Formats: sequence, structure tokens, C-alpha cells
Amino acid sequence: SMKLQYTEEKLIQLFPQSFYQQPRVLAPKRQDVLTVTPWLAPIVWEGTFNSEILDSAYKPLNLTIGVTAFAIGKYTRFAGHFLESAEKHFMRGYRVNYYIFTDNPEAIPDVQLQPGRRLVIVPMKKYSSWQEISMRRMEAINKHIAERSHQEVDYLFCLDIDMVFHNAWGPETLGDIVAAIHPGYFNVPRSQFPYERRSSSAAYIPDGEGDFYYGGAVFGGLVKKVYEFTKTCHMTILADKANGIMAAYQEESHLNRHFLSHKPSKLLSPEYIWDDRMPKPPEIHLIRFSTVDKNYKVIRD
Amino acid sequence: RQDVLVLTPWLAPIVWEGTFNRDILNAQYKQKNSVTGVVTFAVKKYWLFFISQGFMSSANKYFLAGHQVNFYVFTDNPEQISHLHMAPENHLFVIPLQNLSRWQDISMSCMDIISRYIRSRFRYEVDYLYSIDIAVQLFEHIGVEIIDTLVGTISSWQYAARRESKSYETRNESQAAIPEGEGDFYYTASFYGGSVAEVYKLTRACSKGLMEDREKGIEARWHDESHLNKYLLYHKPTRLLSPEYCWDEEL
Repeated sequence: SMKLQYTEEKLIQLFPQSFYQQPRVLAPKRQDVLTVTPWLAPIVWEGTFNSEILDSAYKPLNLTIGVTAFAIGKYTRFAGHFLESAEKHFMRGYRVNYYIFTDNPEAIPDVQLQPGRRLVIVPMKKYSSWQEISMRRMEAINKHIAERSHQEVDYLFCLDIDMVFHNAWGPETLGDIVAAIHPGYFNVPRSQFPYERRSSSAAYIPDGEGDFYYGGAVFGGLVKKVYEFTKTCHMTILADKANGIMAAYQEESHLNRHFLSHKPSKLLSPEYIWDDRMPKPPEIHLIRFSTVDKNYKVIRD
Repeated sequence: RQDVLVLTPWLAPIVWEGTFNRDILNAQYKQKNSVTGVVTFAVKKYWLFFISQGFMSSANKYFLAGHQVNFYVFTDNPEQISHLHMAPENHLFVIPLQNLSRWQDISMSCMDIISRYIRSRFRYEVDYLYSIDIAVQLFEHIGVEIIDTLVGTISSWQYAARRESKSYETRNESQAAIPEGEGDFYYTASFYGGSVAEVYKLTRACSKGLMEDREKGIEARWHDESHLNKYLLYHKPTRLLSPEYCWDEEL
């Protein structure tokens, strides 16, 4: 594998003077949800962070945030709304590169972008089945980082394209290794997580183990870290292939296996990975990014 | 923990009992193969010798048990610091203060001493460095959860206070001055640390501020602690320790 030259990891150096409400030790903002994992990674919910403080530290760093999204086959129809809504809500005021992986570049609409933001079309082969397409994402992202994006971005988010931004997604999401809690499983015991349960799979997680169920639609982090874990996930996917097995939820199962042993440094609450078919519970104050309702039979054919 | 703030507005965790699993953290720390250093000062009064015994035996037994720790004890009484039987992975380095030309001014120059030694020595020997007051003895409760890039401890005296009544230095003439309407928490100088690079920057900045104040004939209200608070306001810690970590017996 290639030895890559990475841009320097930027640590928050300086928080300029700013005025904001004093944080109170005895007054937690969210008492209804877990906001720190047992390994002391923050779980980002509305109310836990102050955007002004974070912007004041991150904006001067002149970061570029990358986004990968796969628009293969009929999924090209989602690209327009994805990009338009991202322009309204995703990392406003920051430099952003959208990397749209597609087998049909002409089908990607020409969306007007804010200054400092650009669209990069990445030609991608269309595999025969939707499962294969889904699982090849890890390999494609990994290769693309090596070939190009490691030089262009500091952080990279890998998002599903059949989704739309509804509210702000900002620097509170930046971290070394970032995973998002799946909206369908944030309130259930681990025995009910749809982990891969067959021991013959490289994504196997035994009963009694597991922290959270992470969604495959949202993950990211420092570009160097994303490179590392997409490689690992791709390897475990190939290992399964060689054994003639496919994990229950494709690369999402492998992601969950990986994040159990290599815990994320930051978690995003289901606000960042919502499913509009679900009723909104009281814990979800704000939906920032959620699925577009679709007919799976038509799309996946 | 629903009763206390466990995450700052800049998303740094505040470490309280009950918020973390030490086994997971130990496993993660082990993978990093890091060495952590602890700096402490045992000076002046003879009774400090006894405290230092309590400090060392407790720290040696409990602090980051199983991982390598280097203890650096600065003292004007090197003979009094008896050589404890150290755990196999730990090291004790007794550093006589007489070696330094200006050590008499101890309350002012802890920061200066630490920054000099980081530069000349510690940076080659440790990855993380913590300055811990010799009066701290509750090491049974202190583990790898404290290890992060820049760590401050919320003072047990001030944790419930409003900004205005906190002990920040307010006189503009001092380098430690914090303007009205600003301030997150009041941090104690008894326990702070982080990566050796970040601790170097912190101690350099504080000792510079202390020196500039000195030259103007001004002394910040709480000495190096005032300067520490100014620094941590504009260089926010990546992790905070709750007042549990530095509970003052007098409270």
C-alpha cells in the first residue's frame, strides 16, 4: 500500500475572545440522553454545544471538509436535492469539496454552489447488485483518498446520497473518527442490534458485546483516519467474500465490527442520521440529515 | 450522571465518577505505548516530607497502575525523599532545586522550572506530563481517564460560582486579567497537564505572564493559578477533570 503524505493534524490552538453564556457545572443542558460514551467520546446532541465557540476556533484554521456520496444507477436522481440542501445546511462558511461517485456523470445536475465550495465528479463502475455497489464504497473511498482527496481535504464525511439536510451540520461534527448512532436502534438493548451474528463472518459480534449500533449512512473523520478504517473494512469485506458469506447489513455490519474494537472519538446522535419514516421522539429536538422516502423495489432493481 | 455537566460547550468531556469505564480506557491507553510523567514540588517545610511519602506511596501504587510512569520530584530536601520501592514499570527522579540559580522564588517559578525541564529533558522521556500538587493523595481514584491533549481540573472551591464571583484576576495591568463577562470554569493549579508539547506551551505562557507582571510590580491574585486560568480560557482544555479529582480536605 502507498505511503501517503498527510497534511498536519490541526489541533484547536486558540479560542478568540468571545462572549457567551457561562457553562454551569451543576446545570447540564441535556439530562435526558447520554452525552459522553464510557470511553469519554462526546455524543453530539442539540444543546450540548455552542456553535459560536466552535466556529471561532475552527473557522480561522481554513479547513477543507470533503464529502463523498455515491450516485450509482437510479440513485443519481437524489444528487440534486442532496447537494442543494447541503449548500443550505452543511458546514456553512467552510470550504467544502463534494466528491460524487457516479457511473453516469451527465445525470448529476449542475447545482449552484457558494464560494469556496466545489463539486468533483468521480467516475465509478456500476456493479451488478445493489449489495455489491454498497460494499464497494469502502474500497472506492479508500482508493480515492490515496489518489486525490488526501491532498485536498482535512476532514472527510462519507454520506448516503438518498438523504437531505434539514438543519445545520457544523464543526461540532469534526473529530478524528466520527460515527453516527442509527435512528432505529438508539433506544434498544444491544441484544436487539442487527449485528452480524454468524461467527463465520469477519463482521461477527457475539451476544453480550457492543456499544451502539452505528449507521452506515454517515461516518467520517480526519482524512488519514478515514483512509485507515475504510481499508480495514474493505479487507474484512473481502475476507467474507472469499468465504462465500455476505454480512447482514453489508458494509454497515463491517463498520460496526470495526468501531467496536476501534472506538470512535466522537459520536453523532440520530439527529445527524434520521429516517423520516420514523415518528420523532422527544429526545430528538432537531433533525439535521434524514432519508428521502423512496420505493426500494424500483431503486434497487 | 444526570446531575452534572459532563460535556463543555466546546465538546470536551468533563470527567466525573460514573461517566467512564476504566477498563476500556486502559486498553486504549495500552495500545498507544505512551509514557506519562508526573511533576511535583516537595519544598520548604519538613512536614512536607511526610506528605510526600503519602503522595509517592499512593501514586506509585495506584496511578496508571500497570503502565509506565516517571515521577519527577523537585525538592530542596533531596535527602528527605527516601527511596521508595517503586513498582517495576515506574521511575522516581528526585531533582534537587539547589541546582537552579533562582529557586528561592518557588511560588512564582514552578511554571518556569517545568517549562525549562520539559525543554531540556522531559520531552525526551515522556509523552504526557501532569503537574500534581503534593497534597493530592487520592490516587486510588485517578487513572487513565485523565490522559488527553490538554487537561484542566475544575477547582473544588469555585465550581458552583458565577463568573463574576470567581477568583479570576480582574486588574487590566496583570497579564492574567480576564475581562468581565468572560470565563468558562475556574481551574485549579493543583492538577493540570496533557501532552508534553501542550504543557510546554502552557507553562511557557504562564511563566512569561508571571515575569511580565513581576517587572511591573504586580502580583496576580492567585499567582500562577490566575495565569493558568487566563491561558485555559483562550486555549480550552480538550478534557476537564471534575472537582472530584482535587477535592480539598478543608471543604
